Amino acid sequence: MLEIRNLHAGVGGTEILRGIDLTVRTGEVHAIMGPNGSGKSTLAQVLAGHPTFTVTEGSVLYEGRDLLGMDPEERAQQGLFLAFQYPVEIRGVTNAYFLRSALNAIRKHRGEDELDPVDFLGVLDEKLKVIGWDDSLMNRPVNDGFSGGEKKRNEILQMAVLEPKLAILDETDSGLDIDALKTVAHAVNTLRAPTNATVVVTHYQRLLNYITPDYVHVLTGGRIEKSGGKELAWELEARGYDWVAAGAVIA
Amino acid sequence: MTPEAADVLAAAPDARARYVREFEASAGNGAGQTPAWLRAVREGAIARFAEVGFPTMRQEEWRFTSVRPIADTVFRRADEPVPSGALATAMAPYLLCEADRHRAVFVNGHFVAALSSLAGLPEGVTVGNLAAALGGEADVVQQHLARYARPAAGPFSALNAAFLLDGAFVFVPEGVDVEEPVQVLFLSSPSREPIVSHPRTLVVVERGARASIVESYAGVGEGVYWTNAVTEVVVGDGARADCYRVQRESGTAYHVATTHTHQGRDSVVWFHLVALGAALARHDIVSVLDGSGGLCTLNGLYLLGGQQHADHHTTIDHAQPHCESHEYFNGVLDGQSHGVFNGRIIVRPGAQRTDAKQTNNNLVLSGEARADSQPQLEIYADDVRCTHGATLGPLDERALFYLRSRGMSADAARSLLSYGFGAEILGRMDIAPLRAQLDRLVRARLQRESRRENVP
Repeated sequence: MLEIRNLHAGVGGTEILRGIDLTVRTGEVHAIMGPNGSGKSTLAQVLAGHPTFTVTEGSVLYEGRDLLGMDPEERAQQGLFLAFQYPVEIRGVTNAYFLRSALNAIRKHRGEDELDPVDFLGVLDEKLKVIGWDDSLMNRPVNDGFSGGEKKRNEILQMAVLEPKLAILDETDSGLDIDALKTVAHAVNTLRAPTNATVVVTHYQRLLNYITPDYVHVLTGGRIEKSGGKELAWELEARGYDWVAAGAVIA
Repeated sequence: MTPEAADVLAAAPDARARYVREFEASAGNGAGQTPAWLRAVREGAIARFAEVGFPTMRQEEWRFTSVRPIADTVFRRADEPVPSGALATAMAPYLLCEADRHRAVFVNGHFVAALSSLAGLPEGVTVGNLAAALGGEADVVQQHLARYARPAAGPFSALNAAFLLDGAFVFVPEGVDVEEPVQVLFLSSPSREPIVSHPRTLVVVERGARASIVESYAGVGEGVYWTNAVTEVVVGDGARADCYRVQRESGTAYHVATTHTHQGRDSVVWFHLVALGAALARHDIVSVLDGSGGLCTLNGLYLLGGQQHADHHTTIDHAQPHCESHEYFNGVLDGQSHGVFNGRIIVRPGAQRTDAKQTNNNLVLSGEARADSQPQLEIYADDVRCTHGATLGPLDERALFYLRSRGMSADAARSLLSYGFGAEILGRMDIAPLRAQLDRLVRARLQRESRRENVP
């Protein structure tokens, strides 16, 4: 589904990603871990098409197509979803209206009919159950005055509504208390299917107690220094990121 | 030559003299029926105008707005219109279906009974025109008219008072709740010559009474006209007035207005305003909290494009203690438009425990559009809370990326973000059909703006 080859990217001449290689197949869950400043969030944002970052080398194929040549909206229409580390507030636009506009943009691209407000409410009710919410935040402006936890759950709600093929969760666990963390993990697990894939970007192993990854990758200094199964996450938790950096030098 | 210099040159003494001459020429007409007190108001008003004339950009209150196009144009006061099917059709888009029962319609400043509907009003409530009220309810009119928006306050309110012929009158007696909104529509229908009207509105909501009033200004056709409106809203102790004002003048129109609200103890005023039209618009809003425990909210939106210029000057006057005011103004500026917001808050000596908040957010969609925003706080009491904040700028790039990452095209994302600036204001309005109507207008307007951006 996703093939990243020798990806180099940065901001204004400063290179942050220095040759990433990663393959994600349908049905898989990958965890990308790493210390602060290692390039985890940059990788997530480059994949979503954030205009701040410039790709200087390498390629990314998504379902066999050149992902880097697509506008952000085209990536989303093709089924890629980024849960933002810092979700943005949208003045005056209610959550319900925003979600419906996003879903309709994607439906339109797929050649499906747009949903009117009534039909959409049916979809929304079902998805709200997945994240354990009532509709009380639906008529509030997007993320406006939401708590940190509410913003993160709102990202997962968007994911549930948009039903992406490839979801990238950028530090969705940071700032969540244990109950919110469990809810988010439960939602991700519920939405998991053999036809889609998930990339979980995280600093801590904590979330991986609830979302079991098939692969764990450790990103330091803009490169994937180590890959392994879910036991790698436990080892990282026990030994810290310095262990990987040191090991890489020795190897 | 700078715009300021050009403007000062235009402080044409002949423009001033023209209005004085016109006043003198028409003073004899109908003088017999005009009560002495009103004649005195008019004469005082024209004397004031003769003294001050049209403002120039050298005056602090007018430094962003040149009224030269108004001073330079020779306007005629339009004759009484003949009610027609064409007029009825023309006014239809400006009506609220649910407000149909209580509706006063004015064309070119003249009350048109045939287009109005004054049915089903609660006992004691009057909706109609001032000229008629001068007969039946002269005491109420005399007690309030021109007492709040004083002719001396400025040259335009002076001109309005000097040429005061007719306007809307809404009277809600003590304790009465008018459930359905009352609509007042001022329609201008110019022909070949530029015309002017000086509509006057007096709304009196007595102690413990309650009413919603929708005041709309609109134009038909392509001709040049000038609306010079003054509205006074008097709200008694414990009363509540929900005022809505929709300015949809035609693109060739000039619109100058003063709205003055005066509140008693424990009263509530919500004043919602949306300004979409006119080539040049200036609106002065003065809200006086003249009894303790009053609450006043100004909730305004201006949406400008092309060469439009709109200037909103607001003054919230906390004259008594324990009052609260909230002011929300959003502007969306495209093309070469210019939006001005001046927000003055006065806290009088002794007006302790005042709580005043003001925000003005401007979305500047084009490199050639301009926004000016200035707060003006005059605080003469020590135990008060006053906050203000203004933003000016283009669309938030982070928000734009956020929406695009959810599958919306760059154009759709821009439209939605701009719409949000309007929706934030419209969302505070209570009259659902009006809110829906304005929502459609705002959306259509912003989608048009964003489509136009793509045209080279």
